[in-house]
Amino acid sequence: MSVNRAQRVDLDVVADLIPPHSRVLDVGSGDGVLLELLQETRQVDGRGMELSQRGVNECVARGLSVIQGDADKDLGFYADKGFDFVVLSQTLQATRNPKLVLDELLRIGNRAIVSFPNFGHWRVRFSLLIKGRMPVTKDLPYSWYDTPNIHFCTIRDFVNLCEELGATVEKATALDANGQKIGLSMPWWFWNFFGQQAVFLLKR
Amino acid sequence: MAAQRVARTNNEADNPSSPVLQFGSDKPLKLDAGTLLSPFQIAYQTYGTLNDARSNAILVCHALTGDQHVASTNPVTGKPGWWEVLIGPGKIIDTNRFFVICSNVVGGCLGSTGPASTNPATGRPYGLDLPIITIRDMVRAQLMLVDHFGIEKLFCVVGGSMGGMQVLEWAASHSERVFSALPIATGARHSSQNIAFHEVGRQAVMADPDWHGGKYLDFGRRPEKGLAVARMAAHITYLSEAALHRKFGRNLQDREALTFGFDADFQIESYLRHQGMTFVDRFDANSYLYLTRAMDYFDLAADHGGRLADAFAGTKTRFCLVSFTSDWLFPTEESRSVVHALNAAGASVSFVEIETDRGHDAFLLDEPELFAAINGFIASAARARGLSL
Repeated sequence: MSVNRAQRVDLDVVADLIPPHSRVLDVGSGDGVLLELLQETRQVDGRGMELSQRGVNECVARGLSVIQGDADKDLGFYADKGFDFVVLSQTLQATRNPKLVLDELLRIGNRAIVSFPNFGHWRVRFSLLIKGRMPVTKDLPYSWYDTPNIHFCTIRDFVNLCEELGATVEKATALDANGQKIGLSMPWWFWNFFGQQAVFLLKR
Repeated sequence: MAAQRVARTNNEADNPSSPVLQFGSDKPLKLDAGTLLSPFQIAYQTYGTLNDARSNAILVCHALTGDQHVASTNPVTGKPGWWEVLIGPGKIIDTNRFFVICSNVVGGCLGSTGPASTNPATGRPYGLDLPIITIRDMVRAQLMLVDHFGIEKLFCVVGGSMGGMQVLEWAASHSERVFSALPIATGARHSSQNIAFHEVGRQAVMADPDWHGGKYLDFGRRPEKGLAVARMAAHITYLSEAALHRKFGRNLQDREALTFGFDADFQIESYLRHQGMTFVDRFDANSYLYLTRAMDYFDLAADHGGRLADAFAGTKTRFCLVSFTSDWLFPTEESRSVVHALNAAGASVSFVEIETDRGHDAFLLDEPELFAAINGFIASAARARGLSL
């Protein structure tokens, strides 16, 4: 997993978007924490794809239906609209071709749920602007030279990409540094500045 | 000792120590070769108790040189069952909970009808008069056995290598009878390289003068040298270079220096010779020809219009595939292509690749990660099936 696990407050937000008994594909399922949450609280028909073999083996040993696979390469094998929801949580920024991956998510799922760390957050901007250093925060603990996160984006960037791909944003949530939801009435610039993470529900 | 084992092997073909289910002329086995096999019989072993709902049955499919003695002492070799590390009371596949069935494949030599069985038409062993048997034929016969037990739906079908092919065939052709499927170290087809190795083995058997065109039993002979060579070549493919080197290196066998001759100077040579010699005592050479052929012919995609995903269209079966990093007989890519086909078919599938240097044979060994995966898969499938723990 590419982001510090203790900070995964976005998981509850993701789970709240998914009705019981849905068919869910979790891309980048890590050690299966989201799939397990969804199965326990929502009895979903859950499947996972995870890059690291260690993560996969852990998931399967815990009874989860997970395969080893690369979001950049292996999504093409899934059928169109095979799932109610395809979830990509905190993984988009680690893919080689985020646009293609997002396109695939929208093809495979009736809806896609994407969560990602917001590179427009004020701490990130502050680190670059004042310190002149690439940001290393609790949420983004890697140094520039060893980070798996090669395609950071801001909330605004992401909204633009969705438009380009013809995806409708059905719901969006930004979480501040404490994992609290930022008020719906706030404008995009406010989210982009104070949102540390964002969760989008998309449809095409 | 060896002679006794041979005698026992010969005897097991017609009158096995296992229970036998006989099918008369009213219930022939329809073969892919286009003919009917009748009468025929299936030798099998069971472990544990079938529950009242008949929902706790696990069918184990054995590999090329395996047999039905999966979790009990083998009557020919006197050795423990070939998967006792996994199956038994309190084991991962717990026979206190599950009813485990394992039958000798049709074409085999431990009691199910095969080339060493007596042909009722002649009173002599079938030899090459037995029609070619396919993986699908084996599974059809197993289906008749499962019907005999009144089992509507098997809780799980599990097997490695050729056993894994049978698992895939079960899932493709009889998916409504299979709740969960666990194919290990296998593929949806035999690769060209695998066919090549099998052909070497078959040619070794047939080159042995004692083979007598397949009629060796009529002559009271057995093509032991040829079959031993076949086994030696095949055995190498079950291991990995790393494991061979770790185990044997270039170590010499009971000697200080090279002998400048063709004795087994190296430990690996001695080891392979031993593997060959012990194998011929317990296995019928013609069976080896038939079963390797069955594997060669296996091509699940070809059976379904060339598209593997179509083999699994609409399946409700839960799958878990396992491969091993050092398996060069059925490399991970073979499993992965099955996984991709299952993805395309929208099937529920798990796929685990186990890191090990023990090669193809790793599926028979004590591999903790393999057991953890099987345990997790079986446990979650059992919950989904409503089987109490």
